[in-house]
Amino acid sequence: MAKIPQKRIHKYLRHNKKFPHVWCPGCSNGIVLGAIIRAIDELKIERDDIAMVSGIGCSSRMPVYVDFNTLHSLHGRAIPFATGIKFFKPHMKVIVVTGDGDSTAIGGNHFIHAARRNIDITVVIVNNNIYGMTGGQYSPCTPHDDVATTMPYGNIDNTFDICKLAIGAGASFVGRTTAYHAIEAQQMIKKAVSHNGFSVVEVVSACPVIYGRLNKKGGAPEMMTEMKENSITLKGIDKLPADKKEGKIIRGIFIDEKRPEFNDKYQQLVDHLKEKK
Amino acid sequence: MSKKESFRTEIRLSGSGGQGLMLAGHILADASVIDGYRVTLSKSYGPESRGGASRTDVIISDEEIYYPEATRFDCLLALMQEACDKYVYDVKTKGILIVDTTHVKNVSVMNTKVYELPFTNIAKEKLGSVLPTNILTLSFLVKITKAVSLESLEQAIRETVKPAFVDLNIKAMNLGYELADNYEK
Amino acid sequence: MTTKKTEKKSGKKNVKKRVLLQGNEAAALGALDAGVNFFAGYPITPSTEIAEIMATELPKRGGKFVQMEDEIASICTVIGGSLAGAKAMTATSGPGFSLMQEGIGFAKITETPCLIVNVQRGGPSTGLPTKPSQGDIMATRWGSHGDAPAIVLYPHTVKETYELAIRAVNLAEKYRTCVVLLLDEVIGHMSEAVTLPDVSKYRVVNRIKPNVPPEWYKHYDENQKYLSPVASYGEGYRFHVTGLVHDAYGFPTNNSNEAAIMMHRLKKKITFNIRDLVQIESFHMEEAEIAIFAAGIVARSAKQAVIKARKEGIKVGLIRPMTIWPFPDDAVRKMLKNVETVIVPELNQGQMIHEIERLAKDKDDGKIIKMQMVNGELITPTQILHKIKEVN
Ligand SMILES: Cc1ncc(C[n+]2csc(CCOP(=O)(O)OP(=O)(O)O)c2C)c(N)n1
Ligand code: SF4
Repeated sequence: MAKIPQKRIHKYLRHNKKFPHVWCPGCSNGIVLGAIIRAIDELKIERDDIAMVSGIGCSSRMPVYVDFNTLHSLHGRAIPFATGIKFFKPHMKVIVVTGDGDSTAIGGNHFIHAARRNIDITVVIVNNNIYGMTGGQYSPCTPHDDVATTMPYGNIDNTFDICKLAIGAGASFVGRTTAYHAIEAQQMIKKAVSHNGFSVVEVVSACPVIYGRLNKKGGAPEMMTEMKENSITLKGIDKLPADKKEGKIIRGIFIDEKRPEFNDKYQQLVDHLKEKK
Repeated sequence: MSKKESFRTEIRLSGSGGQGLMLAGHILADASVIDGYRVTLSKSYGPESRGGASRTDVIISDEEIYYPEATRFDCLLALMQEACDKYVYDVKTKGILIVDTTHVKNVSVMNTKVYELPFTNIAKEKLGSVLPTNILTLSFLVKITKAVSLESLEQAIRETVKPAFVDLNIKAMNLGYELADNYEK
Repeated sequence: MTTKKTEKKSGKKNVKKRVLLQGNEAAALGALDAGVNFFAGYPITPSTEIAEIMATELPKRGGKFVQMEDEIASICTVIGGSLAGAKAMTATSGPGFSLMQEGIGFAKITETPCLIVNVQRGGPSTGLPTKPSQGDIMATRWGSHGDAPAIVLYPHTVKETYELAIRAVNLAEKYRTCVVLLLDEVIGHMSEAVTLPDVSKYRVVNRIKPNVPPEWYKHYDENQKYLSPVASYGEGYRFHVTGLVHDAYGFPTNNSNEAAIMMHRLKKKITFNIRDLVQIESFHMEEAEIAIFAAGIVARSAKQAVIKARKEGIKVGLIRPMTIWPFPDDAVRKMLKNVETVIVPELNQGQMIHEIERLAKDKDDGKIIKMQMVNGELITPTQILHKIKEVN
């Protein structure tokens, strides 16, 4: 694996009182947080100008550790809270970190409407296929037949494809990667944060302690290996025969379009009304 | 009606949603503000305002108005049979009832003073549209009851209706006054 | 704004502006005059006019208006805006107010100022959307889970709606909490001739920005007085906000000592400032033997009844809370001491009456008389007058 400079991260962490963090050994949350921090560092955005907003869940614990303007809000509601911040202070870079349950179950309505609005917020979704924080109940992203504490006989429910959902709802930047592909995640988050519009990065992640155990996936290394072997890039998938495509995690940027952004349009309205006066 | 030292005039405009009575109530209330009176304007809301019986209450007084709904009317305007039937018994003994005989066929009252004219039909004939019926009847009402001054009423109409409709509504206003002046004569 | 401004010479030299104003308009105007520059909401009868006015006015003033996908999103966006430095508000009615409860708790525990105008409708659920009711009195106090005090103001005229809207915004800023302006449907929808007060007469409370070095900044300073400096996002103080129980810096804690401090802090900022928060009107209470205790629209019926009864020589008066939460305990105790009978008319199945009974604990039965109406109609002055005569 490529060399990941640790020092760079340090300046972004809150050192007093916050560590050790709450995550289990082998959890992907730390990798995702690292990727976000490195992306911000490369973009050279001032810490004062960044708001990191989360909902409730294991993944949503990220903001407390980092030295930004941070908001650990309510389950499912990170996006509307973030909307309030971005709308009042459009110069800020607002990043939402959220789980698959947080963003697509309880927060699904806010997710699709923020995408429709195309408000300049970056949403990083840590998709670990389960409700980690509450101990392993199934989420809208738990694969069919997988076991969860509330699907003890295997999941009979259907799943969301988060990226398709985001695209369908109107997001102007949508990509998927995995926690194994940390550098790719970092680069994708960098692009998403730079993008002026609603951007979504789904990071397929490992929750070895809950999801892994329930589904006999082995430990963190095995789950990481699976991400590596079972995922394929957008380019790669085209070359695959149809019968081999089934069940693959497709990585890449599905959409990256310039579209009118909500705050820009609002400012145009304000300017227009001022002129009319 | 005469204004004594202290007075409280309760007026209910009733009909069905879409007859423009809310606007008429608003104009009447505005005119009372111009006249310097105290006034409350309350309306029935909801599905009623889209077809069913609707009502707009205007209370005009020179004293503080506490209870904002009309209970005993000095004047009731009824543009629909249903509204007339529902409210007619709450008109004061010496109160005034104005009905639009285009829609109100029976008036079952005894001692109230009743003014009956086919306002909607008159508006259609003389103004070429049923739309200004609200202003026509309101002006008739104001001329009869003297609830507000005529100058204030005109000012309120001019300030409230859309510019394109001012002329039509002023015509309706004058016609209303005329009908009132010629009534009984 | 549909309202016409009319100049009226009030006989004297000064020319006062008198306007015909709707209650909902007054709430919106008051909030704007108090400096509200951020509105996120979802339309619901009978509060919608407030959103409509804000949608028209805020962009003209460079403020922010957004219609969200629901009331949950609305309150959360309001809180987000407030944390970024906005004076933020929303307006709603029963069903929307129910959806906002989790957010209200979040605003309280994170001490984030915001205003909610709740124009009450009848019934539980969708109920009677266009009819008056006072069914949310307890909901505004106890609606959100957990345990936190509430500040709720309750006007009874259009003019007072304007004034209390300003006061509500000010109190939200001063006490760093979610304040509710509770309106009756009739007040929200009726119009009254109002002499528009001089805005400069009202003090507008604004947040003070901190000037300590960021490392020293505590978002919940133990030594904080009301109106101490508070930072907003994006201005150099990178503080943390969480709905978890937190320490003085805002970081989550499980320490029982710190938890107790935080909970106590939320409570004492209200209970130590009752005098600043509670406002009541005492109407013809001199030598009263009967008192009516009523708020909002019902107090208007009561006033008319009191005037009629007084003319007939009955010694009756009215106590009207303009702040219903915190409850005006002292005023009610005094009232209970001085009168023989208290009549409590309200448009619900008995809410404020429980508070009166709580304070009247060791008084004999039959002293507190209820009058309750839940059919979507108002309690009329005549009905109250009859009750007064009955108990006299
Ligand atoms: C309104 C509400 N309902 C339920 C919960 C309980 N709860 C906390 S986290 C969570 C699920 C989190 O799952 P996910 O968003 O996938 O994040 P993860 O923990 O897996 O990172 C639930 C149901 C809550 N906090 N609030
Ligand atoms: S439960 Fe799963 S998601 Fe949560 S911290 Fe542990 S490994 Fe990570």
